[in-house]
Amino acid sequence: MTDKNITVYSTPTCPYCRQAKEFLQERGVAFTDLNVATDLEARNAMVQKSGQLGVPVIEVDGNIVIGFNKSKLEELISQ
Amino acid sequence: MAKKIDYDLIILGAGPAGMTAGIYAARKQLDTLILTGDIGGQATWSADVENYLGYIYISGPELVRKFEEHLLKFPVDIEYTRAAKLSQINSGFRVDTEDGRVFTAKSVIVATGKSPRMLNVPGEKEYVAKGVTYCATCDGPLFAGKNVAVVGGGNSGLDAAVQLMKICPKVYIIEATERLRADAVLVDRVRASGNVDILTNTLVKSIHGNMLVDRITVENTSTGEVRDISVEGVFVEVGLAPNTDFIKDLLPLNEYGEVAVDCAGRTPIPGLYAAGDVTIDPEKQIIIAAGDGAKAALGAYSYLVRLPSATDWSTEATCET
Repeated sequence: MTDKNITVYSTPTCPYCRQAKEFLQERGVAFTDLNVATDLEARNAMVQKSGQLGVPVIEVDGNIVIGFNKSKLEELISQ
Repeated sequence: MAKKIDYDLIILGAGPAGMTAGIYAARKQLDTLILTGDIGGQATWSADVENYLGYIYISGPELVRKFEEHLLKFPVDIEYTRAAKLSQINSGFRVDTEDGRVFTAKSVIVATGKSPRMLNVPGEKEYVAKGVTYCATCDGPLFAGKNVAVVGGGNSGLDAAVQLMKICPKVYIIEATERLRADAVLVDRVRASGNVDILTNTLVKSIHGNMLVDRITVENTSTGEVRDISVEGVFVEVGLAPNTDFIKDLLPLNEYGEVAVDCAGRTPIPGLYAAGDVTIDPEKQIIIAAGDGAKAALGAYSYLVRLPSATDWSTEATCET
């Protein structure tokens, strides 16, 4: 369950990003948090992968989740 | 595993109203399901809360976290999807969800709150999160170094502009009426910035782009002039609208689209309650929504314990008006 490759694209001010990260922490899964407010490279990667200019975007083993979609995340991390 | 689909009570929404209703329902041992897109609703966006009893100061997200922690102590099922349609069936109510599932219950509490109002112009829906955003706090930093437009000259619009003018070369504020409606202190601040253009008597007609937004078409309603403005971000700050689309054929709504309830949170349909900002209650406050949620859950409980004999909805409780 902890072997998933998870990246959270977020901004420090976004409450849903924070909820998403707290959710992942509660489930005990490791993830990389990229601050797209300051990390331009990460922002471009986010737009490229998701077509989105809005946070959070969460990548689980190549699957893109847009927004803090709890049921979708749950499904992906428990696979 | 077949999932449970029939309940005593379904609560739609998990803001302060829905979560409080969930706690009260669970303590009355009602078999309860909450259907919601998110946890916290608008309270998640409240920066500073200084009037919720027991907290001299707490941030919105922090308060929501405490609400959620409290709710999760109780055996309430939560499914993360929204109601697309609510209808009456013989046994009570049926909810069709946005993700295509069906749930049924004998009683329902509508606590779906409000969401940012949309402009309803061509291109808006297509470019949501592709340049169009309703959360300046969340997405503002993504537009650093880009020209942006803020639609709406009220306090929330100018708050967004103040934040954006620090990181964007050019910020356009687009206001439909002849003057900005925000507090003078905010108006002074944007006027003094040097990089904010204030366009009054101006409507956004459409939003354009390729993958992402690159321009908007605006019309000056006093001169009739129509032109394009190059922007990569469109921050929509034109107020809030109640989330009542899914019940508009079922229940009477007022001119703002809010659900009519009586003093006990009852709608005209037996077993159907509403609570919080989605209702006609004029005061939109976290503590009021929470109180509404408690009231609706207790009402649903007394309705359910008297089923099937509780058919005379009108005399069930008295609200003198």
